Amino acid sequence: MNIMVPVEHETPDPRLLLAVDGVTVDFDGFKALNNFSMTLDRGSLRVLIGPNGAGKSTLCDTIIGRVRATSGRVIFKGEEITRLPEDEIVRRGICRKFQTPGILPSLTVRDNLAIAAQRDRRWWRSFGLDIRGTERERVDEVLEQVGLTDRQHETASLLAHGEKQWLEIGMVVATQADLLLLDEPTAGMGPAETSRTAELIRSLLGQHTVLVIDHDMSFVEQLDGRVTVLHQGQFLKEGSVSEIRNDPEVAAVYLGRAKDDAAPHA
Amino acid sequence: MRFTYASAIPVAIIVLAAAAPWLISSYELNLMARFLALAILAIGLVLVWGEGGILSLGQGVFFGLGGYALAMHLKLVMLDPGDIPDFMQWSGLESLPWWWVPFENPVCAILGVVLVPGLFAAGFSWLVFRRRVGGVYFALITQALALAFSTLLISQQAYTGGFNGLTDYSTLLGFDLASDDMIVALYWITLALVVVAFLGVRFLMMSRFGKLLRATRDGENRVRFLGYNPAPYKVIAFTVGAVLAGISGALFTLHAGVISPALVGVVPSIEMVIWVAVGGRNSLWGAVIGALLINFARDEISSAFPNIWLYGLGLMFVLVVSFLPDGIAGLFAANRSGRMAHLLKTLRPGRAA
Amino acid sequence: MGELTLFVGQIFNGFSVASLFVLSALGLALSFGLMRVINMAHGEMLMLGGYLAYLTLMVVPGPLGILVALPVAFLGAGLVGALLEATVIHRLSSRPLDTLLATWGVSLIFQQGARNIFGAIGVDVTAPAWLNHTISISGGPLDGLTLPATRIFIMGVAVLVLGGLALLLAKTRIGLLVRAVNQDRETAAAMGVNARKVDLMVFALGTGVAGLAGVVLALLGPVTPNVGQSYIVPAFLVVILGGLGSLVGTAIASLIIGLFSALVQIYVDVSLSQVLLLVFVIAFIQFRPQGVIAVRSRALDS
Repeated sequence: MNIMVPVEHETPDPRLLLAVDGVTVDFDGFKALNNFSMTLDRGSLRVLIGPNGAGKSTLCDTIIGRVRATSGRVIFKGEEITRLPEDEIVRRGICRKFQTPGILPSLTVRDNLAIAAQRDRRWWRSFGLDIRGTERERVDEVLEQVGLTDRQHETASLLAHGEKQWLEIGMVVATQADLLLLDEPTAGMGPAETSRTAELIRSLLGQHTVLVIDHDMSFVEQLDGRVTVLHQGQFLKEGSVSEIRNDPEVAAVYLGRAKDDAAPHA
Repeated sequence: MRFTYASAIPVAIIVLAAAAPWLISSYELNLMARFLALAILAIGLVLVWGEGGILSLGQGVFFGLGGYALAMHLKLVMLDPGDIPDFMQWSGLESLPWWWVPFENPVCAILGVVLVPGLFAAGFSWLVFRRRVGGVYFALITQALALAFSTLLISQQAYTGGFNGLTDYSTLLGFDLASDDMIVALYWITLALVVVAFLGVRFLMMSRFGKLLRATRDGENRVRFLGYNPAPYKVIAFTVGAVLAGISGALFTLHAGVISPALVGVVPSIEMVIWVAVGGRNSLWGAVIGALLINFARDEISSAFPNIWLYGLGLMFVLVVSFLPDGIAGLFAANRSGRMAHLLKTLRPGRAA
Repeated sequence: MGELTLFVGQIFNGFSVASLFVLSALGLALSFGLMRVINMAHGEMLMLGGYLAYLTLMVVPGPLGILVALPVAFLGAGLVGALLEATVIHRLSSRPLDTLLATWGVSLIFQQGARNIFGAIGVDVTAPAWLNHTISISGGPLDGLTLPATRIFIMGVAVLVLGGLALLLAKTRIGLLVRAVNQDRETAAAMGVNARKVDLMVFALGTGVAGLAGVVLALLGPVTPNVGQSYIVPAFLVVILGGLGSLVGTAIASLIIGLFSALVQIYVDVSLSQVLLLVFVIAFIQFRPQGVIAVRSRALDS
C-alpha cells in the first residue's frame, strides 16, 4: 500500500484536495487510528465504511481538528492543517455534519442556513440585521436543494428528525466548503428518505468533494462512489462498491464482528 | 411600522412613567428612580444570561465599579482644593491616591462609569472564554470575583471608605442633589437610559450578533464547526452586560446617596439574577418588571419582617427556577396555549384584589 | 521567630487549610463529576455538621464526644443531602445553571433557619483536652514553631476520608457502579445500572463528607449561620482546578490552593490573598483549562 503524499518541496498535484498522512490517534493507549493514510481528489465522492470502533468518526474528528493527531499530518489544499484551530480549519474550506443532528435549535431554519452561508465570519461584522445579497441567494438555493423552502421560517427545533438531518446537510453545503464530511447522514431515516439523501449528495458533486461515513450498504450502493474500508484504526481496502462487496477480507471483518464489540463506540 | 394596539402599549407605559413626577410623592419618585436604575442592570442580564446562557454571579462587581467611579467624583467635588476626603484623613493618608485623581474631572468620571466595568469585564471574560471555560465554572469564578471585590473594598478602608463605602454627596455638576428639580431631572435621565438600554439590547438581540449568541448558547461547538470563533460573542455580551451594570450602579448611587460593599458583594450579586429569573430571563420587559417588582417587595417587606424576606427570597429562587423557568414573561408569552391561559385565569382574581 | 520558622509554619498552615478544602470540596467534586451540577447549599452542609457537633457534645460530653459527633454529622448531613437531591436537584439535573440558583435559594433558607434556631452570633464547640494542646519546637533552626493538635487532627481526618473514598470507589461494588455512570451514563443505564440511585447515593455521600468538614471546622472557631459561606468559595475554586470528578485532582487542587493562600499571606493580608488567589486560578486555566487531572471526553458538548 503506497499513497502519494505531497512533500513540502514538491509542487502538489492540483487535483489533490486532502491528504491524510500516516495519522495515529492515541486515546490513552487505545489507538483509534493507527498510521492511517488516505487522499481525496477534488470533486470526488468517497465513502468510508468499517465496523463500529474502526475509527471512522475519529478520522473526521482529526481532519476537522476536534481530535488532535498524536502523530502524522493532515494536508488540505497543499497546506498542513493538523494543528490549526477548529474554526480556522472550517474557514479554509472543510465542513462537517455530525452524527446527531447539530443544528441551532432556537433559530429559524433560514437563520441556521444564513449563519452557515455568511462568508465573513469575523465578529465585528456581525452587528447588521441581514446577510449579503449573494449569500441570501445561496440560502434560497440550498433551501430548495434540501426541500425546506416551505418551512424556512419555522424554528429548527420543530423539524422532524429526517428534516433536521437535511437541514444540517444544507448548513454544511451553505458554507460553500470545498470538502464536506458527512457522518452518518441517513441515521434514523427510512428507505425513501435515505434515497432522497443519496440523490442530494450526488447532486453536490462537482462543486464539492464529499466524504461520507455510513454502515448502511444499500445507501452506499446508491451513492456509488469509491469505498475505503477501515478496520481497527487501519486502512483495510479501497475499491468500487462491487469490489468491496465481494472482497473476502472485508467480509471477514464484518462477519467477525464479535471481537470488535469490545472496542469503544466510534 | 404599521400601527397596532399592541405597539401602543409600550408608548403608553413610557408616557405614564415620564409623568410620574406629577403622580407620586417625591419619596416614591426617588424609590422608583432607584429601581429603574436597577432595571438597566436587569436588561443587561437578559443579554448575558437569557440570550448568552452565561450565568454571572458577579454582576455586583460591575455595578460597584460604576457606582464607585461616580461616587469618587461626587466626594472629590465637595472638597476644597488640596483637601482629601474625610475617611482618608481618618486613615492617616496625606494626599490623594493617584488613581483617585482623574475622577476629579466629571467627564473622566462619567467615562469611568462606562469604561472601568467594560474594560475589566472584557479582559476578565476573554481570559476565561478563550480557554473554553464556561457554564458552571464561569458562574463559580464570577462568584469568587464578587467575594474578592467586596472583601477588598472593605479591607482597603483608606482608599475605598471601607465597610461604610462612599456616601454624603451634595452636588453633581454644580446642581444640588437634594433639590426637588434635581430629583425629577435624575428620574427622567434614568428613565431615558432604561429606554435606551432596552432598545439597544433589543437591537443586539435581533442582529446577526444576537443570533450567533443564541446559537453559541445552544451549541457552542456547532458554531465553532461552522467556522466561527464563539468566544468574542460571549465576551461582547458579557461586556455589554457589565457596562449596563456600571451605568446602573452609577445611577443607583446618585439616587440612593450611597455605594458600599454591602451593595456589591456575593449576596446582592446573586439577587440581581433572581430579578431576571422572576421577570423572565429571555424577556426585556420581564427583566424590567422583575427588577421593579422584587425591589418594591423587598422595600415593603424586608425592613418590617427581615426573617420572612430571607425565607421568601430563598423559596422564590427554588420555586421560580424549578417551576417557572421563563418567569412572569413566560406566563404571558404562553397565553395563547390553553393550559397557560387557564393558569392565568386562576391568577386573575388575585390581580384584581 | 526566624524566617524559616515562619515559612515552615505557613507550609504547615497551608496543609491544614488544604485539608479543610479537601473535606469541603470532595462532595462537590464527586457529584459534579457525576451529574455536572454544583450544589450551592453545600456550604450549609458544613454548617449543619458544625451544629450537629455542637448538639452531640451537649448529649455526649467528655473527651470522646467529638468522635461521636463525626458519624452523627456524616449521617445527618448525608440525610439532608439525600432529601435535597430527591426534591430539588434531581428535578433540575439537565439544567446545571438553574441548579446553582435553586440550591442558592436552599442555602439562604438554611442560613436563616440556623439564625432563628441557634442565633446569629454562633455557638462554640470546645475541643476535648486531648486536642487542646500544641506541639512547640524550641531551639534549632525551627525555634518557635507551634503546631496545634487540632490542625494535625484535621489533616488526619482529611487523609482518612480521602483514603476511605478512594477505597470505596476502587474496591467496592458501589464504587464500580459510580465509575460506570461517571464514564458513560447511558451505556451504564442500558446495562441495568440504576443511575438515578447512584446519583442519590453519591450526592448523599458528598454532603455527608461536608458534614464531617463541619465538625472539624467547629474545632477551629465558633459555628455561625454563615460559617459555610467562608469556606465554600475556595471549595468551588478547588472544583474548577481539580478536573471533572477526580479524587486525586481534588486533593492536588486543594493542596495547591491551600499552600498558595498560606504562602501568599506571609506577604499580604487576607483580602489581598483572595484577589491573588483568583488571579492565580485564572492564570492556571490559561495553561490547563481542563483542570489538574484531565478527563478525555468524546462527547460533542460536555
